[in-house]
Amino acid sequence: MNFEEHAAKAKVLAPASIAVPRGKLCITADETEAAFAEIGPCVVKAQVPTGKRGKAGGIRKADSAAEAGAAAQAILGMEIDGYRVEKVLVEERAEIAREFYAAVLTDFAARRPLVLFSTEGGMEIEEVAAARPDAVRRHGLEVDQGFDDHAARAMLAGLGLGDAEPKIAAVLKSLHAIYRARDAELIEINPLALLKDGRVVALDCKFTLDDSALFRQSDLASAGAAEKLTALERRGAEAGLKFIELDGNVGVLANGAGLTMTTMDVIAHCGGKPTNFLEIGGEAYTKSEVALGLVLSAPNVKSLVINFCGAFARTDVMADGVVKAWKKLQPEIPVFFSIHGTGENEAVKLVREQLNVEPYDFMEDAVQAAVDAAR
Amino acid sequence: MIIHRKAHRVLVSGITGKQGTFWTEKMIECGTCVVGGVNPKRAGETHIGVPVFASAADAMAKAPYDTAVMFIPPALAKPAALEAIASGVKLLVMLTEHIPAQDVMAVLLAARRAGTHVVGPNTAGLVTPGEGFVGIMPGHNPNIFRPGSVGVVSRSGSLGTLVCLNLTRAGIGQSAFIGIGGDPMIGTTTRDALIALDKDGRTEAVVLVGEIGGAMEESAAEYAAGMEKPVVAFIAGRASPPGKKMGHAGAIVTGTAGSYDSKRSALERAGVVVVDTPRDIPAALSRRLEGRAAREPRGSAVQAGR
Repeated sequence: MNFEEHAAKAKVLAPASIAVPRGKLCITADETEAAFAEIGPCVVKAQVPTGKRGKAGGIRKADSAAEAGAAAQAILGMEIDGYRVEKVLVEERAEIAREFYAAVLTDFAARRPLVLFSTEGGMEIEEVAAARPDAVRRHGLEVDQGFDDHAARAMLAGLGLGDAEPKIAAVLKSLHAIYRARDAELIEINPLALLKDGRVVALDCKFTLDDSALFRQSDLASAGAAEKLTALERRGAEAGLKFIELDGNVGVLANGAGLTMTTMDVIAHCGGKPTNFLEIGGEAYTKSEVALGLVLSAPNVKSLVINFCGAFARTDVMADGVVKAWKKLQPEIPVFFSIHGTGENEAVKLVREQLNVEPYDFMEDAVQAAVDAAR
Repeated sequence: MIIHRKAHRVLVSGITGKQGTFWTEKMIECGTCVVGGVNPKRAGETHIGVPVFASAADAMAKAPYDTAVMFIPPALAKPAALEAIASGVKLLVMLTEHIPAQDVMAVLLAARRAGTHVVGPNTAGLVTPGEGFVGIMPGHNPNIFRPGSVGVVSRSGSLGTLVCLNLTRAGIGQSAFIGIGGDPMIGTTTRDALIALDKDGRTEAVVLVGEIGGAMEESAAEYAAGMEKPVVAFIAGRASPPGKKMGHAGAIVTGTAGSYDSKRSALERAGVVVVDTPRDIPAALSRRLEGRAAREPRGSAVQAGR
């Protein structure tokens, strides 16, 4: 789960005593204009959970109330990276001396946390790391290991940070504490600014919470940004199903992520395009009835492949759900099955008797038939 | 250790639940030696013919085991896994999906310190046809698994099942199936499984079933480059759009990292045959095995495809 900047600052950074600029969240141009009276010269920033705000024109400076209002007028309603801007953060404009980068994240390949720091803040860190690997300091540690003052100071040694060094070390320690306590996948401050008055302030913040840990971070769950979903994808999410709408016309229903991706691959290989990704693997295998309803609701679907290869997922239970949904919805598109694995005898019998359809022995043949039928 | 053997003694954590019960029955039916299960509330009882113990340590004292498999929900997975590791288990099979990442890191760290192998999380388990299985695979289904000499490593359980089915239909049996799991952080990587199959005396060739996301296939390719045993691969996710998690938390392409093209070219550079659809696997394997048998006329030619 991703968080918009204002939520990450208010819910995560501020409680951990990391300084953030004075700011106000506004949803109209009038509010923004009024906020200027409190805040003064400011930056008006689009609040969407994506890093492409600056380039898209979603971040603007304002030196008067009228300018602030105009900036909000321009930004609100913009679409950035697929997200519609509905809120702006009006923040005091700081006098910046230097900009840094600081983050703690999960290093999936190393299977442990990683602390990152760079004196080249304000830019895409991937670009900095690619161009000049030495410019990014890395400190890997075990998940049960503390990140103390000594470790933080060691990371910053020799960077010429002067009086700011202890303050930055404190920020790194706090970031690590946030990472651990808040089940972060990523907590990133870019830029972390040293102001001309000597303060160290987080000008932006990116926070990604591990979705699997939501159950124990329930106070944060409501502050997260809504996922970018289509209406159908939202219906799937509400039913506990991972549904992704695509632009093809061959509908896909399969169990397990690997088999579903493979079904899509074979559709492409046979010259077709899938309508969707939808898998009912794991515990979701009992939801085939709802799942089929979703696939059939996709506007462009012209034919359907149902590909079951049951291990944990019982194909008889999945086929039963499919038959029920099919009889209820009575779709007028052709359907092609391939069914193997746990419960296959009962599943094949059900499909034969109830839908009068003969499953294919090879999924590739079922897919080819579905691709041909969709043409 | 990550290749299951009939001699392995298996403890089932969460044996009394619905899935624990169903799959333990299947494992026993398939020949797996299940010494018992764990459920503190039902310690002392017998469940589906095996004893229930109060803890992993209690079980280790009364019915020593070397493999533990967990049917435990995500929030409770970490303490259960740490308990099993502390008991001295050699292999921990973690089936659970959606365990918090920091819990997974803690479990993998404890395992590394204790010298315990971990398979998963989010794995469907291990199958050795003719010997047994551990997990939630149709190891008991003779249409899908048949004893033989081809090792299969797969991130996905469902796709791995399809691949074994295709092999069996083509008359090619399997020496071992190693399901490594669909999570981005797992105890046994594709490369680890490939090494185990390379060292396994009963395995003559390997099918590597990967998917987009991460860099495990690229890392496995580095090892495959030095292997004598033929390797055939299928990578799922070629037609998946970037930036979206395709069901498995690990199956996401961001930028160029983890892309289909990166994996395919790394594997092909290592001499691995990468096929376009699962149906092509048996034929590609047979060609590789025949080619190898022709080059090395040692009388050990594998009977592949009949």
